[in-house]
Amino acid sequence: MNSADVHEAITRVHRDEWARVVATLTKRFGDLDVAEEAAAEAFATAVQRWPEDGVPPNPGGWLTTTAHRKAIDRIRREDKRDDKYREAQLLYDDDPPPAQVGPIGDDRLRLIFTCCHPALAIESRVALTLRMLGGLTVPEIARALLATEAAAGQRITRAKAKIKATRIPYRVPSEQDLPARVSGVLTVLFLVFNEGYLATGSDTDPLRPDLTAEAIRLTRLIRTLLPGDGEVAGLLALMLLTEARRTARVSAGGELVPLGEQDRGSWDAELIAEGHRLVRERLAAAAAGVAPGRYQILAAINAVHSSARDVRDTDWSQVVALYDQLVHVDPSPIVALNRAIAVAELDGPEVALAAVDHLAEALAGYHLFHATRADLLRRLGRSRQSRAAYDKAIELAANAAEIAYLTRRRDQLG
Amino acid sequence: MQYMVSVITDKPGLATEQEDAAIDVFNDRLKAEGYWVFAGGLGGPDTATVIDSRGAETLVTDGPFLESKEYLIGFWIIEAPDLDVALALAAEGSKACNRKIEVRPFL
Repeated sequence: MNSADVHEAITRVHRDEWARVVATLTKRFGDLDVAEEAAAEAFATAVQRWPEDGVPPNPGGWLTTTAHRKAIDRIRREDKRDDKYREAQLLYDDDPPPAQVGPIGDDRLRLIFTCCHPALAIESRVALTLRMLGGLTVPEIARALLATEAAAGQRITRAKAKIKATRIPYRVPSEQDLPARVSGVLTVLFLVFNEGYLATGSDTDPLRPDLTAEAIRLTRLIRTLLPGDGEVAGLLALMLLTEARRTARVSAGGELVPLGEQDRGSWDAELIAEGHRLVRERLAAAAAGVAPGRYQILAAINAVHSSARDVRDTDWSQVVALYDQLVHVDPSPIVALNRAIAVAELDGPEVALAAVDHLAEALAGYHLFHATRADLLRRLGRSRQSRAAYDKAIELAANAAEIAYLTRRRDQLG
Repeated sequence: MQYMVSVITDKPGLATEQEDAAIDVFNDRLKAEGYWVFAGGLGGPDTATVIDSRGAETLVTDGPFLESKEYLIGFWIIEAPDLDVALALAAEGSKACNRKIEVRPFL
């Protein structure tokens, strides 16, 4: 095996095994810090040794054993220094081993719920999840959060300290708490995905495929662990269908291309097929009487778009009907805005503009409110007002490709 | 593990009769289920005195150490196995006394 192969093997094992090693060690030692550090040391040892010794037959097992040894070394060192060390332990589930073998007994699931605990600030949940489950390094996380390395490192350190000091448990929440807690986990993953999908910062790449890929990977993992959860399936489908359009979303000139103008031939057919399968699975569940949550409805809306070969084939009445459902689940002004965009296609820009203007107070600081108004006003031939709305949208937008698109649209006004 | 469950208020005055009754029910439950350690209500910030003996002389000042719209008005100390249990109890306590709650662990 040449060194490039070994390097590739290590990258793959890191991707596949990092979370499992951290989770197993957290369970064993009841301490995230020990687990994280030992896992990192074990991978560093692999980088050193595998090029010479070769990749072991069971790399995951090798890493767990090595990390285990590193953890014990560290605990012995710390024990000498501080007898109280083991008193302040993260609480792990010390119930007798669960009767059910399977995903719910998977330590990675415990780890997810600990990292996404509602007692942690949302940015800390994101940082901790990317570190402990995603295996991203602190500099990588800093880039994802648009923070300095020091700030990102501090977030993780503080979150770990709070978990330890307050005894945030390391276990799968009770059935009664599970839906709310899963929803908290999905919020974290959706945030990571969205930052990749529409990156903030004028000097940042408008798309961050590393982040969307990571979010999809982690959502896939949760899907394996909680295969019966409709919202997990819904979020995965939503991400896949959105990701399928990634390359079509930004032009060669670095400008955002709206859905209606994208080259649909360049959409990723494989991702769309997978997304559609998940949406069909959830539609079957909905037909059987299980009310869909917001991610499932959003995925269904995206599936209507990805089913249309040409934008003119879009079933807008279906899209509006789905938004009507979504308004019931999530009566936020942003949902109402997106519904109005679909209404414009069905009932014309005038009807849509009236609906959008109702949202003026709630969404005055949201660039897409102004961009939507600008587009509707343009279609109604009200150029002067359209221009003012584009100006406002450009002022508020944070994504480089979006700003480029809005600027061109404004400058095209007669 | 013990947690300090602090009651935060921004409205002067004692608990209403209804709040008092709800707090009693909650306290009974804490005792019956083994979470109870201690609890108490406090006087408002205008009853506070700050003492500072770090220097050569002891300084005595009238008033709370920090003036704020919201302040501590009472607390429970509970024994709970982990934060999830503590937070679930705090949620009930907040409902009972009809005020905001802060949860912190004893180290």
